[in-house]
Amino acid sequence: MQKIPLADWIETIVSWMEDHLVFLFDIISSVIEGVVNAFNWLFMLPHPLLFIAILGVLAFLVGRISLTLFSVVGFLLIYNLGFWSQTMDTLSLVITSALISVILGVPIGIWCAYSKGAARIITPLLDFMQTMPAFVYLLPAVTFFSLGVVPGVIASVIFAIPPTIRLTLLGIKQVSGELTEAADAFGSTSMQKLFKVQIPLALPTLMAGINQTIMLSLSMVVIASMIGAQGIGAEVYRAVTQLQIGKGFEAGLAVVILAIVLDRFTQRLFTSNKRRR
Amino acid sequence: MSILQIKQVSKLFGPHAEQSLELLEQGWTKEKLAKEKSVTVGVNRASLSIEEGEIFVIMGLSGSGKSTLVRMLNRLIEPTGGEILVHGKDLMKMNKEQLRKVRRETISMVFQKFALFPHRTVLENVEYGLEIQKKDKQKRRDKAKQSLALVGLEGWENKRPDELSGGMQQRVGLARALANDPEVLLMDEAFSALDPLIRRDMQDELLELQEKMKKTIIFITHDLDEALRIGDRIALMKDGAVVQIGTPEEILTQPANSYVERFVEDVDLSKVLTASHVMRRPETIMIDRGPRVALELMRERGISNLFVIDRSKRMLGVITAEDASEAMRSGRTLEDILIVDGPRVHPDVLINELFEVTSLAKVPLAVVDDSNRLVGVIVRGAVLGALAGESNAKEVGPNAENTIS
Repeated sequence: MQKIPLADWIETIVSWMEDHLVFLFDIISSVIEGVVNAFNWLFMLPHPLLFIAILGVLAFLVGRISLTLFSVVGFLLIYNLGFWSQTMDTLSLVITSALISVILGVPIGIWCAYSKGAARIITPLLDFMQTMPAFVYLLPAVTFFSLGVVPGVIASVIFAIPPTIRLTLLGIKQVSGELTEAADAFGSTSMQKLFKVQIPLALPTLMAGINQTIMLSLSMVVIASMIGAQGIGAEVYRAVTQLQIGKGFEAGLAVVILAIVLDRFTQRLFTSNKRRR
Repeated sequence: MSILQIKQVSKLFGPHAEQSLELLEQGWTKEKLAKEKSVTVGVNRASLSIEEGEIFVIMGLSGSGKSTLVRMLNRLIEPTGGEILVHGKDLMKMNKEQLRKVRRETISMVFQKFALFPHRTVLENVEYGLEIQKKDKQKRRDKAKQSLALVGLEGWENKRPDELSGGMQQRVGLARALANDPEVLLMDEAFSALDPLIRRDMQDELLELQEKMKKTIIFITHDLDEALRIGDRIALMKDGAVVQIGTPEEILTQPANSYVERFVEDVDLSKVLTASHVMRRPETIMIDRGPRVALELMRERGISNLFVIDRSKRMLGVITAEDASEAMRSGRTLEDILIVDGPRVHPDVLINELFEVTSLAKVPLAVVDDSNRLVGVIVRGAVLGALAGESNAKEVGPNAENTIS
């Protein structure tokens, strides 16, 4: 029996897109690069110690004293180990991908909640995106966007967007039927129902999705470094290829610190929100 | 003209609902449709016309289609067939914009499980209907506050719904519906989730409010007692169809068929009527008045005793005319001659439990609520009179005569 030429088809599609959609990729590329650079510029603007001080104050505002202590000590350690600018590169990349994931994911999630057809098509697509080995995304990303931070962001978004979509969908579906009925009964338009009732009530679930998205995009940083995205992931990758165990551990530790701080921050942000409500 | 007319309205659930409607009209039974077409008949060609200013109760057991019917009145559920006329205009032919206008201005709804928005304060809940109409912020605040005052919830504006008790939550639900100043109020089992004592209070309050506002109220319930207490007219539903429409009296005395008969036959009046049905408005005097004033009051009203209350209407005791004139001569105060151990009952006590108390008591029976406020008085003879079908409770509530008969 003959093999189905699936690989050939994919390559044909990719090369067609490469030929015909190049202007689109250029636009996307420059936008993403602009956003990443803007964040990076912002994070590098203050002296690291000032940055850490600001971070400490923010941590104190959203959370508890333990979060403040951990953030300050953790980031001081990163500074001390000499990974400051790499960590800021990574932070810019993660925040950019999270931002894009939210901007795309929340509306898609809402669309799925409203349209059964959309949900039926998009849900398996999400399964596909999450289970496909992340390395596979790197190839087309590199083909379309060449090397550097942009394909890293793209691959991160593809890998990290599913939780935002899924949990937005879930959050909106979970709003009790009686409440949406009440919103209808008083003569709300669909938009009013969405923004005044459904989204506020879905917010805790939605925030959990965004938290997951940030974590997943952080988990992509090492992989993204393989296609030339600068940052702490690149340090890890270099250490691994050169068998420098100590160096690898240091860089890995920086990733862990960044992950924990980001996770606690987003979680806190949501719980303090809830307390205020 | 009736404010709301429902003509041959049906709702069928399942595939091919519309074709099945024809079959239903050709005489297929509900069972046959369910079996052969897997179509469920929710409401089966119901026709009602509802007059302005009445409390129209739709009653039936669960599954009788009453909740479906009421949701078709504002098209939360789309009818499969039939006509719904609001002020003579066909609701079914309205586009989205027109329908929204009806929902915003003409028909409001109160829900069984309150359906308050948990992320909004009480005040924000009440102003929701006005907010989405983009009414001026100050105006809608004022209107919402008025509406809350109407249901007795001043001072609770900034609480969250989950900080309130069930009864209070439903007051918020009612206030939210009233804030829009609708002509028609749909109340879907509005009091069913409340415990019996609170339910009774809410019924009374609804009647009191209705006295002031004269809205058209469509009230859904599965509770016959509730229907009899508050309904001006009652429609009884079974299996999606309306079986009988009539005043509470007609339903009780002339049941249209054996189903209605079975429904109402268990109604033993002595078990349905409560102290609040037979009580009269009490004659009272404030504790800080003198015996001379008390005597004058009794002479004026032609009665021989008076209930003594404090400023917050709490019941303190009873005085008799003899004691008062004695006190006037000897210069004593009302407090000295107060009889504090007179009989007291709660408004919800059934009248068959009242016989013993009334026959033993020397003074009229005081009816006091949970916070010991005097709400009525029961004189001897009133209990028997009520059982004999006399409507002697007219002074108490606008619909008392219905519940007595």
